[in-house]
Amino acid sequence: MASVTIDSVKKRFGRNEVLHCIDLAIEDSEFVVLVGPSGCGKSTLLRMIAGLEEVTEGQIKINDQVVNNIPPKKRDIAMVFQNYALYPHMKVFDNMAFSLKLQKMSARKIREQVEKSAEILGLTDYLDRYPRQLSGGQRQRVAMGRAIVRSPKVFLFDEPLSNLDAKLRVQMRTEIKTLHFQLSTTSIYVTHDQIEAMTMADRIVVMHDGWIEQVGTPLELYDFPANRFVAGFIGSPAMNFLEGTIVGDSGACAVELADSTRLPLPDSWTVEHGRRVVYGIRPEHLSLAQENGGIGAKVVVVEPTGSETLIISEIAGMKLHAVFRERHSFRQKDTIFLQPTPSKTHLFDAQTGNVIEGNSI
Amino acid sequence: MFGRKKEKETGREGMGYLSSLPLRVVTVYVPLVVFIILLLFPFYWMGLTTLKPDTELLDLNRFNPFWVTMPTLAHIKKLLFQTSYPRWLWNTMLISVLSTFISIFCAVLAAYAIERLRYKGSRFIGMAIFLAYLVPPSILFIPLATMVFKLGLFDTRLALILTYPTFLIPFCTWLLMGYFRSIPYEIEECAMIDGASRFQVLIKIMLPLAVPGLISAGIFAFTLSWNEFIYALTFISSSENKTVAVGVITELVDGDVYHWGSLMAGALLGSLPVAILYSFFVEHYVSSMTGAVKE
Repeated sequence: MASVTIDSVKKRFGRNEVLHCIDLAIEDSEFVVLVGPSGCGKSTLLRMIAGLEEVTEGQIKINDQVVNNIPPKKRDIAMVFQNYALYPHMKVFDNMAFSLKLQKMSARKIREQVEKSAEILGLTDYLDRYPRQLSGGQRQRVAMGRAIVRSPKVFLFDEPLSNLDAKLRVQMRTEIKTLHFQLSTTSIYVTHDQIEAMTMADRIVVMHDGWIEQVGTPLELYDFPANRFVAGFIGSPAMNFLEGTIVGDSGACAVELADSTRLPLPDSWTVEHGRRVVYGIRPEHLSLAQENGGIGAKVVVVEPTGSETLIISEIAGMKLHAVFRERHSFRQKDTIFLQPTPSKTHLFDAQTGNVIEGNSI
Repeated sequence: MFGRKKEKETGREGMGYLSSLPLRVVTVYVPLVVFIILLLFPFYWMGLTTLKPDTELLDLNRFNPFWVTMPTLAHIKKLLFQTSYPRWLWNTMLISVLSTFISIFCAVLAAYAIERLRYKGSRFIGMAIFLAYLVPPSILFIPLATMVFKLGLFDTRLALILTYPTFLIPFCTWLLMGYFRSIPYEIEECAMIDGASRFQVLIKIMLPLAVPGLISAGIFAFTLSWNEFIYALTFISSSENKTVAVGVITELVDGDVYHWGSLMAGALLGSLPVAILYSFFVEHYVSSMTGAVKE
C-alpha cells in the first residue's frame, strides 16, 4: 500500500518533449485511470513510475520516497502488460513464482503464496500449463496473478484488456475491479478506452498531447468537463459540439448557429454578446419536442440498439447525435424537433476550447 | 457457402490440388527425388570409393564406376592405423568444440549488449562486427600468423582454438542479435520489475528463450571450425597437431599420387560427426531460422 506523487515531471526523448510538467497525487489504495488517445504520453508516464523510463525532470515519489534513480526491482511495484509478457518457457506456477524465487523465499512459502493467488483468480487448475496452452483471458489472469502474488505497494496496468475480445473485456473489467476491492492496493491503470476508465476508476486523469487535461471522479468529468477535449473524450456516444455566436445580453442569452437557429442557454447565464463559442450537449440531454417547439434537424441515420435508439441528424451542416430510451422509426430526411435540456448544456470558448462558466461576463 | 461445400467434396480446397496422384508425382515426388539424388550422390561416391580396391578404382574400362564388386576395408585400415587420422579427428573435435564454446559465450554477451542495452554507438558496433565477418580469412591469416608466432602458439592446437573465434564471434553475434531482437521487450521489462537484475534477465529469461538460436549458432560455429582450412594449414606444421581437413590433404597425397580410397574414407568419417550433430538438432535449427519466439 502506498501513495504515489508525481511532481513537475517532464520527459524528453532527444529533443522531443512528450510529457510537459505533470503533477499528480495518487492516494493510498486509490484506483486511478490514466486515459487519453494514443500518443498522449500515458504509457510513458506509467513506465516512468515503473522505472522503465528515466525521468528527465521532476520527481516521482512512492510513499514520500523519491524513486527517480531507484531501479524497477527495488520499487516494489508490479506491472501487467498489454501483451501479458508471460515467460513462455515457464509453466503458470513458475511464472507466478518467479519474483518470489528471486526474493529467495522458501519453497513451501512460495507454493502457499502462489496457490493462494491462483485461487483468487481461479487459476488453480492451470498451474501446470504453459502460457501457450491458455486462452487470452486465462493468460491475462496469469499476468495479474504474477502481479498480486507478491503483494506489491502499487499495481501498474498498461492497457491490460486491449488484446481481449469485447465480451471478455467487460468480464475482466469487473474482475479487476473486484480484485481491487479485495486487496485495496494502490492501482494505476492506463487505457485509451474511456468506458474502461469510467467504469473502473476512483479518479480519472485525462491526458492529451503530454498534458493533463483534467483530473476527477468519473461523474465529475462527465458532468463538468473542463474543456472541449475532455467533454468530447468522456462519454459514448460523444457530446455534440455546435459552433455559433452568443446573441442577447443579460438574462436570455442564446447561441446562434450559422443558419440562424437559436440554442437556448440557462436563464441565469450571462455571456458576452457576439462571442464565438462552441455549444456542447450530450446526446441523452436532447428530447423530442412538438413541431416548432425545438430545433429543427434533418434525420440522417437511425441506429436502434434494442435498449435505446440513436438518431443522427444534421443541423446547420453539423451532425447532431441524440439518444432515446424509446423506440422511434424516423426515416431519412424526416425533420425532427429536438429540445436541449438547458441546465445540461456546456459552453466552450471557440478558440481555447476551455469551458465558459455561465456567469463569466 | 454452397461453392465451398462443393470444393470440399472434390478435395480441391486449399492444398487439395496436391491430392490427385499424377499431379502429386510431378509437383512433389519428382523434384524431391532429383534433389535427393543431387544431394546424396557425393556421399555415395565417397562411400563407394572408400570400399573399392585400387584395381577397381583405377580401371574404369573393366569395372563399373558406379558399383563395387569386391568391397574392401583396406583403405579404412590404412587410414586408421598407418596415419595419425584418429589423432586428427580428436584434434578437430577438441578445437571445434572449444572454439565454438568460446565464440558462443562471447557472442551471447555481445549480441545482448548490442540489442538490448541502450548506449551510444550500439548500432555502429553491431555493423562493425558484421563487417569484420566479411574480411576474408585469406587476408587475415598473414597478420594472425605473426601474432600466433609471437605469442609462441605456433604449431599448437591453442593457436586454432584462439583464432577461430575471430570469424566465429562476428557470425554468431550477428545471428544471435537477430534472435534476441525477436524476443519481446516486455518480457524482459516484466522480469526486471519482478526483481531480476540484468544478468538474471539474460540467464533466466533470454537464454532459455533463445535456445533454438543458440543451437543454430552453435551448429554453424561447429561446422565452420570443423571445415576450416587456411588457418589450420598455416598455423600447424607437425602431423600430430593437424586437423582432419588439413591432415587428409597433406598426408594422403604423396607428390602426385592421390590415395583416393583413404582420402575418401577420411572425408567420409570426417563428415559423419557433423551430420549426426545436425540430425539431432534439426528441429531447433529450422525453428530458429523460420520463426520467432512464440508465447
